[in-house]
Amino acid sequence: MLDVDAVSKSYATAQGPIEVLRCVSLGLGPGRTLALTGESGSGKSTLLHLIAGLDAVDAGTIRLGGSCVTGLGDAARAALRRTAIGLIFQQFNLIPSLDVAGNLGFQARIGGRHDAAWQEELTERLGLGEVQARFPEQLSGGQQQRVAIGRALAGRPALILADEPTGNLDEATGEAVMALLLELVDASGASLLMVTHSPRLAAMLDARVTLRAGRVA
Amino acid sequence: MRALVVLRTLLAHWRRHPVELATLLVGLAVATALWSGVQALNAQARASYDRAAAVLGGDVLSTVVAADGQRFPLEDYVALRRAGWKVSPVIEGDMRRADGSVRVLGVDPVTLPPAAGSLDIGEGAERLTQFLTPPNLALAAPETVARLGGAQDLPPLAESADLPPDTLVVDIAVAERLLDAPGRLSRLLLAPGETRALPAALAGRLRVEAPRETGDLDRLTDSFHLNLTAFGFLSFVVGLFIVYSAIGLAFEQRKPMLRTLRACGVSARMLTGVMVGELVGLALVAGLAGVVAGYAIAASLLPDVAASLRGLYGARVPGSLSLAPAWWAAGIAISVGGALFAAAGSLWRAWTLPLLAPAQPQAWLQAQRRGLRLQGALAAAIGAGALAALVFGDGLVAGFAVMGGLLLAAALLLPSVLAGVLSLGARGARRPMVQWLWADGRQQLSGLSLALMALLLALAVNVGVGTMVDSFRRTFTGWLDQRLAAEVYLTAADAEGAQAVALWLDARPEVRARLPIWNVEGRLRDWPVEIYGFRDDPTYRDNWPLIATLPEAWDRVAAGEAALVSEQLARRLNLALGETVTLPSPQGPWPVEVAAIYSDYGNPEGQVMVAVDALTARWPEVDRRRLALRVAPEAAAALVTDLRAAFPGVEAVDQRALKDLSKRIFERTFTVTVALNALTLAVAGIALLTSLLTLSNLRLVQLAPLWAMGVTRRRLAAIEMGKALALAALTALAALPLGLAVAWVLTAVINVQAFGWKLPIFLFPGQWLTLLGMALATAFLAALWPAWRLRRASPLTLLQGFSNER
Amino acid sequence: MSARWLIFLLLFPAAVQGQGYAGLGSGAGGYAAVTAPAALEFPRDHGAHPGFRIEWWYLTANLKGEDGEDFGAQWTLFRQAGRPEPEAEGWASGQIWMGHAALTTADAHRVAETFARGGIGQAGVETAPFRAWIDDWEMTGTDDGIGALTVAARGEDFAYRLKVRTDHEPVLQGVAGFSVKSEAGQASYYYSQPFYAVSGEIEVEGRRVAVTGRAWLDREWSSQPLAEDQSGWDWFSLHLEDGAKVMLFRLRSETEPPFLSGTWIAPDGTPTPLAPDQIAMTPVAETEVAGRRLPVGWRIEVPDFGLAVDTEPLNAQSWMGTLFPYWEGPISVTGSHDGRGYLEMTGYE
Repeated sequence: MLDVDAVSKSYATAQGPIEVLRCVSLGLGPGRTLALTGESGSGKSTLLHLIAGLDAVDAGTIRLGGSCVTGLGDAARAALRRTAIGLIFQQFNLIPSLDVAGNLGFQARIGGRHDAAWQEELTERLGLGEVQARFPEQLSGGQQQRVAIGRALAGRPALILADEPTGNLDEATGEAVMALLLELVDASGASLLMVTHSPRLAAMLDARVTLRAGRVA
Repeated sequence: MRALVVLRTLLAHWRRHPVELATLLVGLAVATALWSGVQALNAQARASYDRAAAVLGGDVLSTVVAADGQRFPLEDYVALRRAGWKVSPVIEGDMRRADGSVRVLGVDPVTLPPAAGSLDIGEGAERLTQFLTPPNLALAAPETVARLGGAQDLPPLAESADLPPDTLVVDIAVAERLLDAPGRLSRLLLAPGETRALPAALAGRLRVEAPRETGDLDRLTDSFHLNLTAFGFLSFVVGLFIVYSAIGLAFEQRKPMLRTLRACGVSARMLTGVMVGELVGLALVAGLAGVVAGYAIAASLLPDVAASLRGLYGARVPGSLSLAPAWWAAGIAISVGGALFAAAGSLWRAWTLPLLAPAQPQAWLQAQRRGLRLQGALAAAIGAGALAALVFGDGLVAGFAVMGGLLLAAALLLPSVLAGVLSLGARGARRPMVQWLWADGRQQLSGLSLALMALLLALAVNVGVGTMVDSFRRTFTGWLDQRLAAEVYLTAADAEGAQAVALWLDARPEVRARLPIWNVEGRLRDWPVEIYGFRDDPTYRDNWPLIATLPEAWDRVAAGEAALVSEQLARRLNLALGETVTLPSPQGPWPVEVAAIYSDYGNPEGQVMVAVDALTARWPEVDRRRLALRVAPEAAAALVTDLRAAFPGVEAVDQRALKDLSKRIFERTFTVTVALNALTLAVAGIALLTSLLTLSNLRLVQLAPLWAMGVTRRRLAAIEMGKALALAALTALAALPLGLAVAWVLTAVINVQAFGWKLPIFLFPGQWLTLLGMALATAFLAALWPAWRLRRASPLTLLQGFSNER
Repeated sequence: MSARWLIFLLLFPAAVQGQGYAGLGSGAGGYAAVTAPAALEFPRDHGAHPGFRIEWWYLTANLKGEDGEDFGAQWTLFRQAGRPEPEAEGWASGQIWMGHAALTTADAHRVAETFARGGIGQAGVETAPFRAWIDDWEMTGTDDGIGALTVAARGEDFAYRLKVRTDHEPVLQGVAGFSVKSEAGQASYYYSQPFYAVSGEIEVEGRRVAVTGRAWLDREWSSQPLAEDQSGWDWFSLHLEDGAKVMLFRLRSETEPPFLSGTWIAPDGTPTPLAPDQIAMTPVAETEVAGRRLPVGWRIEVPDFGLAVDTEPLNAQSWMGTLFPYWEGPISVTGSHDGRGYLEMTGYE
């Protein structure tokens, strides 16, 4: 399903280049969940961004389904994101000008994968039925993240990438949101790659890879 | 489909930020309105020049004219016809009437070549018969028919749509009567295809002139229209400042959303494409509103423009607008083009937007410093360009390049200057609140600088134009006193009438001197000139406004060896004192020395003054209808009354009435400039208002901590207001020297190029105070609503400043 | 009789209305009237008659080059008074002049037209010596008579200069120069000089050709238009080989049978007016000219004088595409008599 092979990435800074990832390899099967853990600065988020095609690798390859993410241009990577990947951010990143329903369906619509029944089911299972007409700024953090999860899943992507999805939430809300996420990922049959620094959350997933200073530990 | 979803998402932003949307639309609409309004005025005027030039096929037919530019005898026409030349005679001239002069064009429909077109006398033989046989028919534009219909001194009028206003086309027999030119002709229209040289017997006196695609009017009024265009363009640029800042702000606000869209799988190409589409859509809406407003502006200014063109150039422009569809299309296109230009930066940033926010965003101060350095470098480059245009350039376009460069460089420097002042202030501040105030002002500068630049431009141009107009007014008034030294001026219907008046005047003891003002019209190096004859008299020696003179100039001119030349003519033909200029007279070329140069404001045509005896000797046909009289000032009014009673056909004016008339024409000339000026200031006010409004939302975030720390909302509102006023005041102070520089460019460069005269500059500090007041009032009005909103803001809104922080 | 009526009527319909058709025999609107024979007097009547509304000097010439090639030349000056008041000075004159010139060959008919105002010398007629001119076209005599004239005109694509000469006196048409035009009594003063011998030069298609031949001058003036129902006419001038000359016209009416008239001129110049029943004019061949059908071939019979001939045009396309168009061109005559002449046809829509 997902196959990351010998990926390296460095960033130029004023103090010289910093190697963020050094020859990282990992794999994820269909319907499986994988936690990516490590200290701050270990390269977790960078790896996630590279898989999502938000950034380009220096070396190595990333394959998703039948496509080679690292070999695609901007438009093709955008198309891949529309159809095969759902992204969940720590800061929710909802579209402030759209209401909850609009946000939920947004990605599925632009990917041509809108499914009204599935969106309705998601809305219900995420407990967002009451707030569908509200705008993001009128929601609590937990609600916002549930919208973000719904948006990522609405198009039934093969892969969900989540970056500290509960990082901005209190513990109780975080656990509830996490449980909901796993339940829905399971229901949709997607694979999940989740960045987290919490061992407890990591333990809830099928497998776990830890990065240390840009390498798989 | 996908594009539509993205477009709807982008558009949803405006629904939540209606003020920004309004800013964008208003900015674009205003920019378009002023630009297309000015274009409409120019287009209207140019269309009527073209119409005037095209009457009788003037734009396609060659003509035969007298070598000296005067009227010539009918016999010459007959001689040419008898030699087989297909020519058709025309008499033209201005007929003076009580309510202003009318252009009279006399034609011979029997020989008029078909290419002369545009005269629909041929439509129905009945009308042709009426045209040819008494009481005849005069053709005129519908509005002229409406104005002159029923006049006793004119033939019955009939409408002819293609004619320029205040122009009568009549049979040549009628025209020679109306113009009192029996047996004389102004020119002959030459049917196409005639390539022979003129018969030897006529070649000395007549010459063939190629058709003029642009008439004299086009050339003479060029500078007037360039002036209008420059103002229109300035307003357009000021309007684009608003658009630029609105679009830039919207981009900054939407940046996180754009990133999210990209992360959700919208490609850069589609995102940029949809943004362009969104912008074009908005620009179309604003453009449409803009051209409608532009039409309204043009319609309301047109009467003044028409009056100035008439007063200055004798150009006849109809007082009502009629515009081609192309004008509307061009207005909307300029709106779209302007929007895309103003948005180019934002669109480029959207295209190249990194998907991930930079890990360490640049601090605002660092970004501001970099921006200011960049602007400073740009300002220096533009300033150097302007200086180069001033030193090496020539012509009106170079003049405007100097002014444009000066204004742009100054505008770009403004934020640096203000930042400097604010950081100086911050250094001197001790109390924390004051320190915050200075620092906060500096931070706010980035958001406001565009609006302040717009204000600076508007104020500086106001100071400049105001100084120029008032300097001109003062100069002009003094000049009028010199120029109109005689107490009474009169014009008889014809030369015999003038003779009779002269005899009558000889019997009036109060008349100290009777001075002929006789003149002919001619062409000098293809420019129209007036050649005046005057009698040597202290009236001239003591008063005439000479700019430069040779010794004993008056004696030499009186002796018929030399001439006085107007400033415009001297500049246009590059004539220096002592140089010889050759006047084309019916008796052959007449070389005279330039003995002195005098100022002749407001006259588009060049002027030459020679001794009256020399004039009549060389131009026997000279117009002898005008006289100036020296009388005791207190006796002038009574003399005029008596004159009018004794000679009903004689126009007599006393000096004061003439001066009043001249001043009225003068004032109208600048009406449009002043109106556009005020509009530009209004646009700058809008820019400031919209900038403050859009900033006020962001400001909540910055003000919320102060509120949390115990500063009342009322106090915060007052501080905000104070800061807006202080920035406006600083800008106004900066505008003052810039405005004086603009005034200098206007009087010493642009006026000289455009009109041919140079003016002294006078300073009017009262005017500066008024403008400072206007700047403060503008800023006050612009800051009022945001401050009021802040003062009334609910604590909840302020709290959101914390929670919404991103 | 010729196209000139129509032209001026079209040019000045208002004047026609002013005249009114009811006032038979009266010079309505103040113009001098043609009501009865008047003694014509020369050279006075070679000159203009400004009191009458319309007048013309109309010369047609049948010419031959040295190699026998046929040509036709036309020189016409029309005068029209715009109003009945006496002629004023200068531009206010009220008279308008129009010139037509044409040169016909077997394959082309070239036409020129020009206009002039009266009163300024651009066009006019003088009698001592005789001189008629418009622009650079002229018809100039050597004395106050018209026995020897130089006739010259120039168009864009042709020019001619002809010397015409005769010892004959002018021939008075109708009754001593009083020529009736309709049953209702419209009439004109009309005389001709049909006996000219011509020699001269023409310029056409870039060549100069010396020519000789015969010419016919018509002089006519009147103030009265045609009868209201008259729509056009067919007019012939014939030079017969035996030296006789014939003038015939047929005025077509929309409601009445055509009005026929003519003059038989013996070789010595003696005119015999022809009554309508002495004349037969029958169209026999039509051809399409300028988008309309015209009878360009005719059968002409004047049995009392033994005349029975067919006419054929030199160029069937002798169309005068002037402001008001008509057909006018040289013809040849065969049958009982051989000869040449000119045909004019107007009013064919």
